[in-house]
Amino acid sequence: MTTVHRYDAVIVGAGGAGLRAALEVARVTPRVAVVSKLYPIRSHTGTAQGGIGAALGNMEEDHWEWHMFDTVKGSDYLADQDAVELMCQEAITCVYELEHWGLPFDRTPDGKIAQRRFGGHTRNFGEAPVRRACHAADRTGHMILQTLYQQCIKHEVTFFNEFHVLDLLLEDNVCRGVVALSLADGELHLFHAKAVLFATGGFGRMYKVTSNARSLTGDGVAIALRRGIPLEDMEFFQFHPTGIYKLGILISEAARGEGGVLRNRQGERFMERYAPTLLDLAPRDIISRCMYTEIREGRGIDGKDYLHLDLTHLGREVIEKKLPDITDFARTYLGIDPVREPIPVQPTAHYAMGGIPTDVRGRVILDEKNTPVLGFYAAGECACVSVHGANRLGTNSLVDILVFGKLAGRDMAEYIRGADFAPLPKDADGPAREECERLLTSNGSESVARLRETLQREMMDKASVFRTQEGLEAMLTTLKELKDRYRRVRLQDKGKIFNTDLQEALELGYLLDLAEVTVVSALARRESRGAHYREDFPKRNDAEWLKHTLAYRINGEFELRYKPVVITRFQPVERKY
Amino acid sequence: MRVVLKIKRFNPERDREPYWAEYEVDVEPVDRVLDALEYVKWHLDGTLAFRRSCAHGICGSDAMLINGRNRLACKVLVKELGARITVEPLRGFPVIKDLVVDMEGFFAKYRAIKPYLINDEPPPETERRQSPEERARFDDTTKCILCAACTTSCPSFWANGEYIGPAAIVNAHRFIFDSRDRGAAERLAVLNARLGVWRCRTIFNCVEACPRGIDVTRAIAEVKRALLFSSL
Repeated sequence: MTTVHRYDAVIVGAGGAGLRAALEVARVTPRVAVVSKLYPIRSHTGTAQGGIGAALGNMEEDHWEWHMFDTVKGSDYLADQDAVELMCQEAITCVYELEHWGLPFDRTPDGKIAQRRFGGHTRNFGEAPVRRACHAADRTGHMILQTLYQQCIKHEVTFFNEFHVLDLLLEDNVCRGVVALSLADGELHLFHAKAVLFATGGFGRMYKVTSNARSLTGDGVAIALRRGIPLEDMEFFQFHPTGIYKLGILISEAARGEGGVLRNRQGERFMERYAPTLLDLAPRDIISRCMYTEIREGRGIDGKDYLHLDLTHLGREVIEKKLPDITDFARTYLGIDPVREPIPVQPTAHYAMGGIPTDVRGRVILDEKNTPVLGFYAAGECACVSVHGANRLGTNSLVDILVFGKLAGRDMAEYIRGADFAPLPKDADGPAREECERLLTSNGSESVARLRETLQREMMDKASVFRTQEGLEAMLTTLKELKDRYRRVRLQDKGKIFNTDLQEALELGYLLDLAEVTVVSALARRESRGAHYREDFPKRNDAEWLKHTLAYRINGEFELRYKPVVITRFQPVERKY
Repeated sequence: MRVVLKIKRFNPERDREPYWAEYEVDVEPVDRVLDALEYVKWHLDGTLAFRRSCAHGICGSDAMLINGRNRLACKVLVKELGARITVEPLRGFPVIKDLVVDMEGFFAKYRAIKPYLINDEPPPETERRQSPEERARFDDTTKCILCAACTTSCPSFWANGEYIGPAAIVNAHRFIFDSRDRGAAERLAVLNARLGVWRCRTIFNCVEACPRGIDVTRAIAEVKRALLFSSL
C-alpha cells in the first residue's frame, strides 16, 4: 500500500539549496517536507572545501560588479547576465545571513570574515587575483551544510530521510507532487504537494574519474527530462584541475589560492605559458585543458597521465592550518606529506553547468519563451539559471545554492499561499511501481556494475575535456547499446528492506539518460566554449552559438531548441587570463 | 593482493540471526575497505547492504566496526589491515540490514542539545565580530561529521543506550564555547542530567575512534569543567 502525505511544499534533496529553500518556506508554513535519499548532513554540499565568493571587501577593495564581471567572463559569456548580477549582489547578504546563523568562518585580526584568493576571481575587471572567497578552513561546505541543517532543526522542518524520489507528478503544466521509495522498508510513498522543489545535485558519476559522491546520479534532472521538461546546456560539464590521481578526490583550488602551483615532469610551472596574468588561478576549464595538453605532449609525471600540485614552498604552518582536510586526504590516500612532497593530480569530473532550466525565481521553465511550469521549482547544481554559462568559477556553486535556494524558497512560499492542491493524477504511483517491479523481476543477464563501469570509462574517453564529432558519435552508439542492455539487467537483491541493489539500478537508468543528453547536446554545438572543447571546432563562434541549448526528449527522440543569452553590462570579447 | 573479507550479515526478511559471510577479494593495497565492500556488492553478492556516499571521509555515511575498531570504510586502507578484514555494523544501534544501522536515536540526541546558534540580539548589518582567538576556542569540535563512530565505541553508551554520548557533547561544546552563542545554560542543563555528560568515564575510546581527529575526551572535560565552575 502506498502511503499518501500532504504538504504545501515538498523539497527534494537536503544539500545546501534544498535546506536554504526549506528555511525560506518554513517562514510561512510548517507544512514543508524535505525528502532526501541520504541523511541531511551526508549531502554533497558538505564536501565543498575552499570558500564561498562574496564581495565583502574585508581584506582588500572589492565590489559585486567585479564579481559579476569575473563570473560572466569565466562563463565564456554564456551566463545570463541579469541572473549573475542578482547572484553577486545577493551573495553578500547570504554570507552575512550564514554568519548570523552561527557559521564559524575564519576571521581576520579585526574579527571580520576572512577571505582568500580563488581561480578566476579578480580585482578591477581582470587586473589581478582578489581575496573574495569567505572560508572556514578547507571545510567551508561542511560548515554551510551543518549550519543550514541546524537552522532547519531550530525551525522544526520535517525530514523524510533515506526516501528516494522516483517520479514527479506533473499534468497540464501543473506540478502535483512526487513519488518516493522508502529505503528502510521498500514501500512507495506519495507526496501530494502544491509546490515541489528539486535540489537533487549533479551527476558526475557518469564519468570514471570524478570528485562527486556515489549518490550524485542526477536523479531529479533525469526525472524532469522523462516528464517532458527540457534540459539546458547539458554539453557543459566542468573538470576540476586537481583531483587526486586515479581517485578523483578533490584538492581544493584554495591550495592554489594559498600559493600552490602546478608543475610538469620537468618541474616547470607550465601555467606561465598559458595564462601569464592569473597563472595557476586561471579558471578551471582552461587549466584542465592545459593539463591534458601537457600530458598529451609527454610532460606528465614520468610520462604518465598526471601532474604535480606543489605546496612544499608554503610551509607546514600554512598547509596544516589553512588546508587541514586536503593535507589529511594526501596523507591518508597517497601516503604523501604535502609539506615535503608534491601531490599527484589529474582533472576530475566535478560540476554540471547544465540542468533543469529555471528563471531567477527558481521556477522551472518549459521553453525558450521562459514559460514557467506551475508549482515546479529547481535550485542548485541540478538547475540551470544560468549563472555559470559554459564554465563555473570556483566558490560560485556555494553562492548559487544559497542565493537561488533562498529565492526559489521565497517564490514557493508566495505561490503556495495563493494555490490549491491540484488533484493527483490517476494511478499516480503506477509508473514508479512498474519501474521497480520491472527491475526486481527482470530475468536478464546484465550486471548494473558492469554497465556502469563501461559508461564511466567511455564517457571519460569520449565526452570529457576534449571532444570530437567522431568520438561523440561513437559514444552515442555505445549509449544505445548500453540502454538496450540496461533493459536486461538482473538484480540479485529482490527484497524490500534497504535494497541498494535496486537503488543502484535506478540510478544507472538516470545516468544513462543524462549521458545521452550530454552527448547529443555536445555533438550539435559545433564550437568551443568554456568546458565544451571541440577539437574539430576549436574556436568560440558567437555569431552562431552564443545561445543556450534546450534539449527535449519526445517519444525517445531528442529535439534541440535554442534560447538567447541575456547580455546586459558585458559584451562578449575574447577570453584571456 | 588477496584479502578475505569477513562480514557480519543480517537480513530481517530472511535471517533469524546475524551470521558471518566470507568473501575473497582481489584488491590493491592502497584500496579503501569501501572499495573492497563495493567489489563484493558489485561482483560477488548484490544483496550486501551498507551506506556510503562521498568516499573520502567527509559525509560520515560509512562508519562501521573494522577489525574491532570503529572506522570509516572509506578512510582506512586495506594495507593497514592485512589479509583478513572483519567488518561489522556499529555497536549499540538496531541493525536494519547487514551494515546499515538505525541512526534515528543518535540524531535525536544531537537535536536534544539544541545544535544551533542561540542568540536573540538583533544582528548587525554585516558580520558579528569574533577574534581569531575566540574562533579557535571551538575549532576542533566544528569538524564533527556525525558519523557516530565515537558514540558507538563508548562503553558507557554500550552499558546504557540512553546515555547522550560523546557526539552530542562534542556538538554542544561547539556552541557552548562560541563567543557569539548565548545558549550555554540551556545546553548545560541538558548535559547535567542523569544521562548526560557525567556518564563519561574518560575511557578515551572516542578519541581513537574519531575519523576527524577531534580530541573528544578533552571537549567532554571542558564541558564538565564548565558545569562545575560555570566558567564560560
